[in-house]
Amino acid sequence: MRKLLLLSIVLITGVVFVGRLFYLQIYDTSFQSLSEDNAINVVYNYPQRGYIFDRNGELLVSNQPSYDVMVIPRNVKSLDTLEFCELLKITTEEFKSKLKKARVYSPRLPSVVIPQLTKSEYASLSEKLFKYKGFYIQKRSLRDYQVDHSANVLGYISEVNEAILQKNSYYQMGEIIGTGGVEKQYEKVLRGVKGVKYIQKDRFNRDIGSYKNGRFDTLPVRGNDILLTIDKVLQEYGEALMQNKRGGIVALEPATGEILALIAAPNYDPGLLVGRQRSKNFTKLYYDTIAKPLFDRVLSGEYPPGSPFKALTALIGLQEGVIDIDEKISCNGAYHYGGKKPLKCHHHRSPLSMIGGIANSCNSYFATVYRRTIDHYPTPQEGIDNWKRHLNSFGLGQYLGYDLPSGRPGKIPGSETYNAMYQYPKYKWYTPATISNAIGQGEVLMTPMQMVNFISVIANRGWYYKPHILKNVIGADTIPKQYTTKIITTIDPVHFEPVIEGLFDVYNYGTASHLKVKGIEICGKTGTSENYTKINGKRTQLTDHSVFVAFAPRNNPKIAVAVFVENGYWGSRWAGRIATLIIEKYINGEITRTDLETYILDGSLEEEYAKPYSGEPFLINQ
Amino acid sequence: MISASRNVKFDWLTILLFAALVIVGWINIYSASLSDIGGVFVDFDQIYFKQIIWIGLSIILIIFILALDSKFYERFASIIYLISLVSLLLLFPFGKEISGATSWYSFGGISIQPSEFAKAATALALAKYLSDIQTSMNRFKHQLKAFAIIALPVLLIIPQPDPGSALVFSIFIFTMYREGLHFAYLLLGFFAALLFIGTLTLGVTWVAIIVLLIAVAIYIKNRKKRPNILKYSTILIACIGFAFSVNYIFNNVFEQRHRDRFNIVLGKEIDVKGIGYNTNQSEIAIGSGGWTGKGWTQGTQTKGNFVPEQHTDYIFSTVGEEWGFLGTVLVVLLFLALIVRVLVLAERQRSKFSRIYGYSVAAILFVHFFVNIGMVTGLLPTIGIPLPFFSYGGSSLWGFTILLFIFVRLDAANYYYT
Repeated sequence: MRKLLLLSIVLITGVVFVGRLFYLQIYDTSFQSLSEDNAINVVYNYPQRGYIFDRNGELLVSNQPSYDVMVIPRNVKSLDTLEFCELLKITTEEFKSKLKKARVYSPRLPSVVIPQLTKSEYASLSEKLFKYKGFYIQKRSLRDYQVDHSANVLGYISEVNEAILQKNSYYQMGEIIGTGGVEKQYEKVLRGVKGVKYIQKDRFNRDIGSYKNGRFDTLPVRGNDILLTIDKVLQEYGEALMQNKRGGIVALEPATGEILALIAAPNYDPGLLVGRQRSKNFTKLYYDTIAKPLFDRVLSGEYPPGSPFKALTALIGLQEGVIDIDEKISCNGAYHYGGKKPLKCHHHRSPLSMIGGIANSCNSYFATVYRRTIDHYPTPQEGIDNWKRHLNSFGLGQYLGYDLPSGRPGKIPGSETYNAMYQYPKYKWYTPATISNAIGQGEVLMTPMQMVNFISVIANRGWYYKPHILKNVIGADTIPKQYTTKIITTIDPVHFEPVIEGLFDVYNYGTASHLKVKGIEICGKTGTSENYTKINGKRTQLTDHSVFVAFAPRNNPKIAVAVFVENGYWGSRWAGRIATLIIEKYINGEITRTDLETYILDGSLEEEYAKPYSGEPFLINQ
Repeated sequence: MISASRNVKFDWLTILLFAALVIVGWINIYSASLSDIGGVFVDFDQIYFKQIIWIGLSIILIIFILALDSKFYERFASIIYLISLVSLLLLFPFGKEISGATSWYSFGGISIQPSEFAKAATALALAKYLSDIQTSMNRFKHQLKAFAIIALPVLLIIPQPDPGSALVFSIFIFTMYREGLHFAYLLLGFFAALLFIGTLTLGVTWVAIIVLLIAVAIYIKNRKKRPNILKYSTILIACIGFAFSVNYIFNNVFEQRHRDRFNIVLGKEIDVKGIGYNTNQSEIAIGSGGWTGKGWTQGTQTKGNFVPEQHTDYIFSTVGEEWGFLGTVLVVLLFLALIVRVLVLAERQRSKFSRIYGYSVAAILFVHFFVNIGMVTGLLPTIGIPLPFFSYGGSSLWGFTILLFIFVRLDAANYYYT
């Protein structure tokens, strides 16, 4: 026993130590990253973000240097605080609290005192800064917007947030990421690749040279410049037209699916989200819950399309063979289908064939076609699902697949929608219950982007490329394959001509005959869509939305456009005029219909928008 | 067992283990003290180069120790012990203060720490006294004398202050136990340590309550045997009194840095950048090594000097970071092998003096190994004592070399004097 005690203790100690070492070195891995954290400093070298150009090579977004006033607290020597604060244009209290914060963060490491000085502020400060020990200016790169519009398209950049940091290991705290529009969609292309430098630190956090002689260091790769399909002139013009209105304009080149203009109104100057005022401005935009300037109505606003949908009803009717283009259907001011209220129509000539029906936007005509389309099948379920299949082939009722980060799928109802609504099979439902779909009301919802896509399909006589905003990555010369793959709809090309004839007659003698432009054959369709909101929990009807879709010229179309003006009343009142002006601007480059232009530029709907918030009863559709 | 030849036979295994530890130690000192500035290997200002000189000189020392007659050590044990005590005593007027402790003599840039040599001297003196045929570990008077031999250097070392070195001497209790000291002393020491730690973690009041409850429980269990209440109360009062005095010493005699160090290890302070810094950095360095480490001179923690005193007391953290689990286990095994080898050799000694001395050598090596690696891996409080043969420092290397090689010399004589 006496001989063995010390020996046993020695051996037990050995076992305990090996166990402890196993725990520290193998089992608990937290030490490994901790070690990297405090001994190696990773310094990133940020490349310039790629520039953004329009389709004609006009610069939209570039970069500007920005200057941050930095401080290393322990190097600060006594200074004339009052004079320095005057120079920095901040109060002494603010200055003191910032300095204190920096000291708390670290006395040895740099902190930002004043972020993002402008060039002129920098110029005046830089010659005096030498007097203040411990302060210096660090250059960074910020976005420099060459335009004061298109914020919805371009998006903006911001510091990465916690959620992104956790998901994506590329980003570090304080780095910049594209947060909306093109900046977000093409983040990887635009940002380039940051360079990394590993620097060995000692325990005072001083650099003691490059880690392993820079074996792991990398050089930054500059971001690629990109060309958008947007036409800067058209975009600018569209923004001007949408002044004091809510809604949007979206224009496509039918032959390619390129987005020529994408205007959401109200919009804001992208420059507001750069520089010292950024967070103040962002807060203001973010909390404007009435005008919602950050909400892209073109991509994310789901609206009942209204009468333009009749073109689709016609196409499906023809494809299903339930109507002949020459068959005339009479209308006595309403379509009676057995419901409580008949589907009303406005005053026009009767009876009408298809072309006249489109030109005059006859509700009775399309209700009849729709009903026949559905009832062509043994059950309304089968009928409506077949109808839905046709519409889906136009990219409706689903995400369209364009290259911008926001959007909504819209809605095309199917049998499941109505089965649920009417509790089938407990209760049965029949076609008349869904009759509003015929004229683009009822359960049908579309984003303006989807509207322009279907009119573009009609312009192409039956096919489309997915709409896209990327024309070209400079230096890469390719765009994603999905934007060069032709999508063919379920409607045979032959059926499009009579519908296009009808759309042409809308301008010729129909609902938009007063919008004719000399020398351009425009085909279009007006829409006036009913809409409701809740005021104090009560469903209240608001003034109709003004909707218009068009393309031109009739043969070899160059542009398809959809315009949506919230609460603009009838289709040709606002949307029709705007669409016509956009088409004339794009095709002719100048405006002959100056009467329309003046009307739109001077017109405002602010009064209309204020009505629901007035708290008083109001009249609609005035 | 008797050697046929009259040639002196050294235990080459011990010498080999010694050499392995010294070489591995130097390799790590080189890495820990390497600076990026200097490019020349031969540089008298570099710690790693100084250590080469110390190693070289210790080889001369070894030859000298082995050349002497083995009887010399037994005969002159008392005198060596006295010289050692005087050298400790003379520190008070002539010592040089380095980082708060007056533990060094300074001769033109070279510092000598006499407490490192006092361990070997005390081991010799204790061996000499215990091996005396008239000494019996059962007699209280002899026990007292033996304790006095150990206590004298301790009393001179504590006021330096160098509690770490003083602590080492407590290990001699194992030597005494081996030579017949009653097990109760060991038990007493163990309980004292338990009470000590208990008082610091739980507080005096709780310790008193727990001790009282245990006493009452034992009393009730044995009440049929009519236990002596007086005996129980005496032990009880002694225990509680001890707890109170620990509390008093801790709060009034200990310096703040000692209190801090205990508090860290007892888990009372969690403060990464504050007083727990040493242990924390050392654990990070060791933990970052993984299975095979970052490679020699590639340790980022070592290069950044994150671990304080890394070339001396914390040298083991360099092993951990640069050689990983395989490296640390190898070093632990080397130490275990050396200590066990010395123990086994000690038990084989025919001379009682050699046996007791050998046992002390193993014990001293063990306590350093135990406290140092325990500290570096965060199992024990931060008590600054070197890792034998490994840590940088001439005094420590020489002290251990002398300690070990006197035994190697004695062991060689084991065959000679039969």
